[in-house]
Amino acid sequence: MEFNKIIESINTDFKEGLLPIGEEAPTDHIQVSPEDWGELAGFLRENDSLKFDSLMCLTGIDEGTEEENLGVIYSLHSMIHRHKLEVRITVPKSRPVVPSVEQIWRIADWFEREIYDMFGITFEGHRDLRRILLPEDWEGYPLRKDYIFPESWHGIEVPKMKEGWE
Amino acid sequence: MGVEHDHELGVIHAEEMVLNVGPQHPSTHGVLRLKVQTDGEIITKIDPYIGYLHRCFEKHCENVTYEQCIPYIDRCDYIASMNNDFGYAVTVEQLMGIEIPEKVEYIRVIVAELNRIASHLLAIGTIGLDVGAFTPFLYCFRDRERILDLFEMLCGARLLYNYIWVGGVSHDFPVGWVEKTYEFIDYFEPKIHEYNELLTYNKIFIERTADVGILPVDVAISYGVTGPNLRGSGLRWDLRRDDLYSIYDQFEFDIPVGTGAMGSVGDCWDRYYVRVREMEESAKIVRQALDQMPREGDVHATIPRKIRPPKGQIYKRTESPRGDLGFYIISDGSPIPFRIKLRSPAFTAVSCINEIARGWMLSDVMVILGSLDIVLGEIDR
Repeated sequence: MEFNKIIESINTDFKEGLLPIGEEAPTDHIQVSPEDWGELAGFLRENDSLKFDSLMCLTGIDEGTEEENLGVIYSLHSMIHRHKLEVRITVPKSRPVVPSVEQIWRIADWFEREIYDMFGITFEGHRDLRRILLPEDWEGYPLRKDYIFPESWHGIEVPKMKEGWE
Repeated sequence: MGVEHDHELGVIHAEEMVLNVGPQHPSTHGVLRLKVQTDGEIITKIDPYIGYLHRCFEKHCENVTYEQCIPYIDRCDYIASMNNDFGYAVTVEQLMGIEIPEKVEYIRVIVAELNRIASHLLAIGTIGLDVGAFTPFLYCFRDRERILDLFEMLCGARLLYNYIWVGGVSHDFPVGWVEKTYEFIDYFEPKIHEYNELLTYNKIFIERTADVGILPVDVAISYGVTGPNLRGSGLRWDLRRDDLYSIYDQFEFDIPVGTGAMGSVGDCWDRYYVRVREMEESAKIVRQALDQMPREGDVHATIPRKIRPPKGQIYKRTESPRGDLGFYIISDGSPIPFRIKLRSPAFTAVSCINEIARGWMLSDVMVILGSLDIVLGEIDR
C-alpha cells in the first residue's frame, strides 16, 4: 500500500482527522502525539489492510540543545503487504513519557529499554523498564546532546576523549 | 520434547534455582551473562544481561566524520566486517544520492559474500563445539583461513577491513586475486559435502539439535528475528531479494529455508542447516560475480572529497550474515553525523532466547544460543 493510502486508511478507520493531509503534510513519515500512539500502535498491528507485524527499528533522538525535545522514531514494516511506515513522536525533555508498545511488538521490550538507557525516555506500561547496556547505577543518559562525560566511575578514571589524539 | 518433560515431571516441583551462566563462559560466544532459573534441570526463565562490551559507538560516531565512522562500524560485528561496512556505505550513498561504478558494486558483492561464508563457517563450527564436536570446528577454521588470506591480500587486514568506503572501496583487487578467488570457490564447493558428512548428518549432532529450541515464525517476526534464524523457521525472507539493494538482482541464487527435515520446522538443526545451504548459495553468487565483473575501471572514481549529506534522514537495512542490519542516519548537513543508530540483528536474536529456551534442559541452552549465532560486539555496540 502506498503512503497516501496508509494515511487515508488511518484517518478513516482509526480517527477522523488524526493526520494532516495536504501540501504541508510530511510525505515520508507520520507525526503523532504520545496520547494517540498507544491505541494507534495496536490499530496498525491488527488492521487487516495495514498489518504492520514487524517493528524494524526503534530510534531515539535528541533534537538538540535549542528545542529541548526528545524523539522516538518507529520504523514499521508489514511482512504480508510489504509496505513501510515511519512514525515519529516528539516529547519535551521536561516530561519524556511515551506509551509502551512492548506488548504489541515483543522486540520493543529491548528496544525501549535501550532508549530508556540512552535517552532517559520513560515508556509507560513497560513491564520491565531498566537499563540494558549500561550498569544499573550509571548516571545520566549518554546519547543526549547535553550529556557530560563522567570523570570516573567506581574509582576507574575515564580518559579524556581528545587528549591522546591532538 | 520440552512439552513431554513438562508432562512427565508435571507433578514434581523442585525448589527453583538460579544459575549464572557467564559472562566468562566459552559457550556464550563472548561476554554474555544469562541468569537462568531452573526447576530441577528444566529452565523456567532466562534473563540475558548484556552490555559487557558496550562502548557507545553511536556516541563516538557523533564526534567523528562519516569516513571515520567506518572503523567503528567494522568493530560492531567483527566476524562480518565487510557486510557491516557494506550496509553503512549503501545507506550513506542513498542519503547523498551517489551512483557508484559497476565494478565497485561487483567487488562489494564478492567480498560481502565471501565474508558471509567466513561468518557462517564460524557459526557452524562453534555450534559443533557447543555440542562437543571438536573436529568440524577445525575443518571450518581451515577454510575460513583461506578467506581471511584472500582479504589480507586484498586490503592488508584479516579481521577489521575498513575496505568498503562511501562511494567506492579502498583498493582495487591486486594482480592474481581474481584467480585465487576462483581457486578458492573451486576448492570450497566440494568441502560443503565434507561438513555435511562430518557434522550435519552426524547422529549425535541430530539428536542434540533436532526438535530442540523451536522458534515459531510468528514469534520470530514479533521478536524482530531475521536472517538465517527467521529462514530457519520456514519463512522465505531475504533482503537481497525482498528489499533489493546493490546489484543482487543480477545473480541467480536460492533462498534456503528450514523444512523440519530432522524434526520440526524452526528447530536448532534447521537454523544450522540454513547456514550450510547459504554458504553454497553465496559461493554461487561469488562465482557469477567473478564471471560478470568488469575488469577495468577506477574504484576511487566516485568517492566524494568530503562526505556532507544533505539535511535529512534515512533508514536502510541490508542482509548481513546474522540478519537485517539496519542503519538509521540523521544528517544535519554537516560532515559529522547528527545521529547514527545501528539496528543489530544479533540484539533481536538474543532477546527471544527466553521464549524459545523455556521448558528445555540446561544443556540445551548452549545449543540454542549457538544456533542463534550471536556476536556480542554487535549486541552491545
